[in-house]
Amino acid sequence: MNDTDQPILELKRISQAYGKQLVVKDLSLTLQRGEIGCLLGASGCGKTTVLRTIAGFEPLLAGEIYISGGSVSSAEFSLPPAKRKIGMVFQDYALFPHLSIFDNVAFGLRDLDKTEQLRRVNDALELVGLYREHSKYPHEISGGQQQRVALARALAPQPELLLMDEPFSNLDVALRERLSMEVRDILKRYGTTALFVTHNQHEAFAVADRIGVMHNGEILQWDTAHRLYHQPVSTKIAEFVGEGSLINGVVQEENQVETCLGKLTGIVNQQLAKNTAVQILVRPEDVVHDDDSPVKAKVLRRSFRGANILYQLLLEGGEQVQALVPSHCDHQPGELIGIQPDVRHLVLFPF
Amino acid sequence: MLSFSLNRTAASLRGCCRFLLHPSGWQHLTLAVALLVLAPLTVLLLSWSEPAWEIWQHLRQTLLSQLLINTFKLVFGVTAGTLLLGVSLAWLSGACEFPGRKYFSWLLLLPLAMPTYVLAFVFLGLFDFSGPVQTQLRDWFGRDLWFPNIRSAAGVVLVMSLALYPYVYLLARNAFSTQGKRALEAAESLGCSPTEGFFRVVLPMARPWIAGGATLVLMEALADFGAVSIFNFDTFTTAIYKAWFGFFSLAAAAQLSTLLVVIVFLLIVLEQKLRKRMRFTQSRVAPQAERIILGPARKWLATGYCTGVLLIAFFLPALQLLRWSLEVFHQEFDSRYLALLGRSLTLGLSAALLIAVVALLLAYAGRRHQDRLTHSLIRISTLGYALPGTVLAVGIFIPLAALDNFFIDFAHAYFNLALPQLLQGTVLIMLLAYLIRFMAAGYKSIDSAMHRVTSNIDEASRLMGLRGIKLLIKVHLPMLRGGIFTALTLIFVDVMKEMPITLMTRPFGWDTLAVKIYELTSEGEWERAALPALTLLLSGLLPIVLLMRGTEKN
Repeated sequence: MNDTDQPILELKRISQAYGKQLVVKDLSLTLQRGEIGCLLGASGCGKTTVLRTIAGFEPLLAGEIYISGGSVSSAEFSLPPAKRKIGMVFQDYALFPHLSIFDNVAFGLRDLDKTEQLRRVNDALELVGLYREHSKYPHEISGGQQQRVALARALAPQPELLLMDEPFSNLDVALRERLSMEVRDILKRYGTTALFVTHNQHEAFAVADRIGVMHNGEILQWDTAHRLYHQPVSTKIAEFVGEGSLINGVVQEENQVETCLGKLTGIVNQQLAKNTAVQILVRPEDVVHDDDSPVKAKVLRRSFRGANILYQLLLEGGEQVQALVPSHCDHQPGELIGIQPDVRHLVLFPF
Repeated sequence: MLSFSLNRTAASLRGCCRFLLHPSGWQHLTLAVALLVLAPLTVLLLSWSEPAWEIWQHLRQTLLSQLLINTFKLVFGVTAGTLLLGVSLAWLSGACEFPGRKYFSWLLLLPLAMPTYVLAFVFLGLFDFSGPVQTQLRDWFGRDLWFPNIRSAAGVVLVMSLALYPYVYLLARNAFSTQGKRALEAAESLGCSPTEGFFRVVLPMARPWIAGGATLVLMEALADFGAVSIFNFDTFTTAIYKAWFGFFSLAAAAQLSTLLVVIVFLLIVLEQKLRKRMRFTQSRVAPQAERIILGPARKWLATGYCTGVLLIAFFLPALQLLRWSLEVFHQEFDSRYLALLGRSLTLGLSAALLIAVVALLLAYAGRRHQDRLTHSLIRISTLGYALPGTVLAVGIFIPLAALDNFFIDFAHAYFNLALPQLLQGTVLIMLLAYLIRFMAAGYKSIDSAMHRVTSNIDEASRLMGLRGIKLLIKVHLPMLRGGIFTALTLIFVDVMKEMPITLMTRPFGWDTLAVKIYELTSEGEWERAALPALTLLLSGLLPIVLLMRGTEKN
């Protein structure tokens, strides 16, 4: 096996507990060199614990963690954080308030000689666009700038693996979106392997190559953003990722399902026998507004989103779907509108 | 930027002009209090117009170098000692987890209740050559057992470090408990070992707080009169006392005082700078950081260390006081004791009321007038906390005595009246001195409560029809009540414990518990001093209870 094939991070069936409560259960994942991974989940799902265990701040109950092929944590053994060649961006950034921006970034480089230190710090600050602020102190710069200093500080020692704990949660919405794309660019340019945790899907989608959706200490699906959205492996994922509804249906033949929206045809996620009762995931963009359609639905709620309006619709059989409709078609709650299904991926879950 | 600062200068100039031309009643008041604080300082400086050469000659030949050396030893020793104790205890109770940590975090404040002079005489009583400890040890190990001499620089330093470490502890614990573990983790993720991280990150981050505590300790050490006189350890404060009451030279006392004032003034400047730094260094998000869980051996070491410090600094001395008090109780608990107690209580309560009222007025003045001059005057009004009691006693006595003599001469010359002394020999001098010295304690508590009464609250009340006196009683008073109560408690206890001002300016027959302790301990009568000391100790527990409630709320 040559060096490039070796995964940078490998978690093998790790478990973690606080007291008697198991917070991480039998969790495995792998990150290849240069990949950006993300653990996505609601607060309390154990995602931050996983991150802190990888960093070496928490002991492991069972399983094993490898960084660049070397074991760093097991139930019996834990390499000190300082020796793991990791960088970490903390949720509150944890910048050192008594040090200038320059000294903060140089902190992890103190074993290098002065000229090399200077070069690396300048490179890192250049990369995050804060070269001009190097002599300021953390309290003198904005929250977004602090975030980027924290990133530069973690990247400057060129860690094998970068960990980020809710890196954008302290920023306002507009800044969050811009910075998350910026951070992805920076990580890709550095070729850094990174794992971050967030509760925000948009952040996960914008930054990560691979996303693990976590629930109750387990990863439900470890996949690309596209596959999580279009090919969720369980109803839980389907409900958690993006918007949409599950409606009932019966498999007719290959690629066809009978539902209250009519016969749906498309690529199925699994082959099922004829007459199997299933739930089908219908995304809001799968429902098209069409006044001539025989299928009618009653508007229950509407939420104006600028270009589009998201309607919550009641179908004749009593089931509900959502529809994302261009906002020039304005309907009020109580009105009946015609809709047409346009489902390309048939995501079926047998009962 | 430039126009902005010009605007500000113009605005503050306008403010000053308005102040000078049409001052309001509030501003008159701030001016009056500020002048009262500045008066003793001015008088002390003016005393150099007639230097008391003979006494200086004498001092220079015999005492001065010793004074300087002793003061130097005391200040450095006590600072080092309190830093060592305060920082280590604060780190343990602020950022670590070990058995009993919750209780220790407030128990370790208890030494605040013990005036330094009380701890000093208990230590002398316990560890002196003829004390119970050495006697017992000689019984066990023979007559020529070596024991360190407690009546030494090291002895005073030890006693004062044990009594004063809570200042450093309290501030450093705040710093550690908000940022301790997170900062350490950040350092570790950047390749530091935990020990390296502690010294490179955690300690430097807490430096403004630690240094802030240390400057408070420094001021206390410089101002201390009771403990050093019990140890016969001559410093500036005892020299000032001796110059006045030994050589009967107020001028020499005043001139010695100026030297001390200069040192203290430098410290204030330092402290104010540190306060500014503290604001900057405060982390934006300050969640209660997680604690470091100590290993099996270390956690018991931590428990043992905290217990040891507490025993030596508080529980053993308190027990000893109790034992002595019980031994002499039936002789000492009499009408004389009750009279002393009554005078201490009277002084404490009346000073507390007086100062709280003035502090409340100052806080309202600051609220009504946001201009810079008013705020500077309020700042000056609260600077008296830095003046050592001995210095203040001299500084307040000289002008009031002069005023008295002026009245007497005036009445004699123009009305041929023989006036008695109006001010000297009254409680007024003491109360004014207390007002100057303890203004800061009162003002800070009341002003921080005042900050919660925002102008929006006034407006909201007005919309609901509350105005004038009704607004004060129904809205302001309930919101300020906590602050006023804290102020009253702090001042009351401070005045109860206060020694040099009371000793030097009290009218005839106004002996208090603290004065009695001074008299008894200067004759080595530890047992008889125990009952008044125990009384002070109990009253000293009051503010600690307040402090505890405050930290629990946070």
